[in-house]
Amino acid sequence: MVNTKVTLCGVELDNPVIPASGTFGYGYEFAEFYDINKLGAFSFKGTTKEPRFGNPTPRIAECTAGMINSVGLQNPGVDKVIEEELPKLKKVYDKKVMANVSGFSVEEYAYVSARLDKCGQVGWIEVNVSCPNVHGGGMSFGTSEKAAAEVTRAVKSVTEKPVLIKLSPNVTDIVSIAKACEQAGADGISLINTLLGMRIDIKTRKPVISNVLGGFSGPAVFPVALGMVYRVAKAVKIPVVGVGGVSTAENVLEMMPAGATAVQTGAVNLVNPYASSEIVDGLPVAMKKYNIDSLSSIIGGC
Amino acid sequence: MKRVIFTVTENRPLTASVYKMSLSGDTSAVTGAGQFVNLAVEGFYLRRPVSVCDRADGILTLIYKTVGGGTEKLSRIKKGAKLDVLTGLGNGYNLDNAGKRPLLIGGGVGVPPLYLLAKDLIKRGADVSVILGFNTADEIFYKEEFEKTGAKVYVTTADGSYGVKGFVTDALDKVDYTYFYACGPEPMLKAVYNETVTDGQFSFEERMGCGFGACMGCSRKTVTGYKRVCKEGPVFDKGEILW
Repeated sequence: MVNTKVTLCGVELDNPVIPASGTFGYGYEFAEFYDINKLGAFSFKGTTKEPRFGNPTPRIAECTAGMINSVGLQNPGVDKVIEEELPKLKKVYDKKVMANVSGFSVEEYAYVSARLDKCGQVGWIEVNVSCPNVHGGGMSFGTSEKAAAEVTRAVKSVTEKPVLIKLSPNVTDIVSIAKACEQAGADGISLINTLLGMRIDIKTRKPVISNVLGGFSGPAVFPVALGMVYRVAKAVKIPVVGVGGVSTAENVLEMMPAGATAVQTGAVNLVNPYASSEIVDGLPVAMKKYNIDSLSSIIGGC
Repeated sequence: MKRVIFTVTENRPLTASVYKMSLSGDTSAVTGAGQFVNLAVEGFYLRRPVSVCDRADGILTLIYKTVGGGTEKLSRIKKGAKLDVLTGLGNGYNLDNAGKRPLLIGGGVGVPPLYLLAKDLIKRGADVSVILGFNTADEIFYKEEFEKTGAKVYVTTADGSYGVKGFVTDALDKVDYTYFYACGPEPMLKAVYNETVTDGQFSFEERMGCGFGACMGCSRKTVTGYKRVCKEGPVFDKGEILW
């Protein structure tokens, strides 16, 4: 019997597999395919104070071994998430969910986090300071140590729940930003969000994405994510959640020695709705193959 | 919706760039005309959404156009190959409002989903008319198949090389209809929206990420809020559309 349990910021997970925000909706779409209680947890769609449509379409483009999205934080707003999405989720999911929060001001991050702090279903607050698809919000907070620390402090002051800060790879030095968040009181770091990218339609010689640039994700970004997880995990003492291109149980076993306590799956959920379920099932098999008895024993130290 | 491994039983060109593919397997998730499937194509990261043209006796019929590398690869798949398919996606047409004389309006590769719709409406006893619009005579497909269903078929070509010269809307005055169903490129849908005299339904196309409602890539603003083309759509009522 292998042990897949890990503990993320004081909350025990049956396994380290967490579908990432923006690739799993509010969960119930996937519950039509499988019992999502088998997951470690999942991070719900980035939520803001007001409802948002996001960017004009087209906002999806295919790439080699990945995709670009410029959805731009479409969500029904925190009130509807609490009144409608969470009760709907409760019918199909009885574990803790990670609440992904975004905003356009420090006050907005704090407001949305304070509202979600009251929800028993929420186990962690994941603060998205790294969305590349909105102007004047999201990533602009995650590209400076000062702003990232300010958001961290503001959210920490309104919630008892563990706070993870989700960082952008589109920065000069992700390590210094992670350290600034740690010093400001963050309980954990999730990384990486998507990489800024674009595609051009050769026929029209125009960008495929209406917003021109978007966030690149998928298996192609896995080595970039792994490298950043390794560097950040070495530099901070708080837990790190590894995100970026994870598509197989073997990718999880590679992410954890780099320093990830838990691992998020992203774009793969969109091309194979069963992907995270298959990764959960595949973990014990892969662990046996590589003589791993306990997943928590392989975190860091590579 | 369901993931099913289908076996390709047919994959052949109907015109220079339009192909017909038949798939054998579990078709139970397809509940009505206007739904679509999402095909995994080896070597391409995202699936390719294709509308369901017909569903009968364990066979799904799809008609698709080669527009890029993924659909070109799809067109080279041989009989007997296995295909990973998410099936029964989206909400199809509502047949209840059709009235006695529904009109089906399709443009180009928007024609296929209307075939199953025509069959289902005729089964219900409706007197069905169909307007099929193409650019030129060489691009016409499925005219005879529609005629065999018992529907009255009008063809338009933009260059006048066959049937009525012009667009699908140029044939509207030939038909006395109680309701309409339209599928085709967005400029065509908009023209149909402006020139039809009854209520109706439209099927939309959009670049999709997942095809089952998770990524929010294909959303559209409507009178009744933000809707996902892949999940609440692809069919929308005339009354809820915002252009």
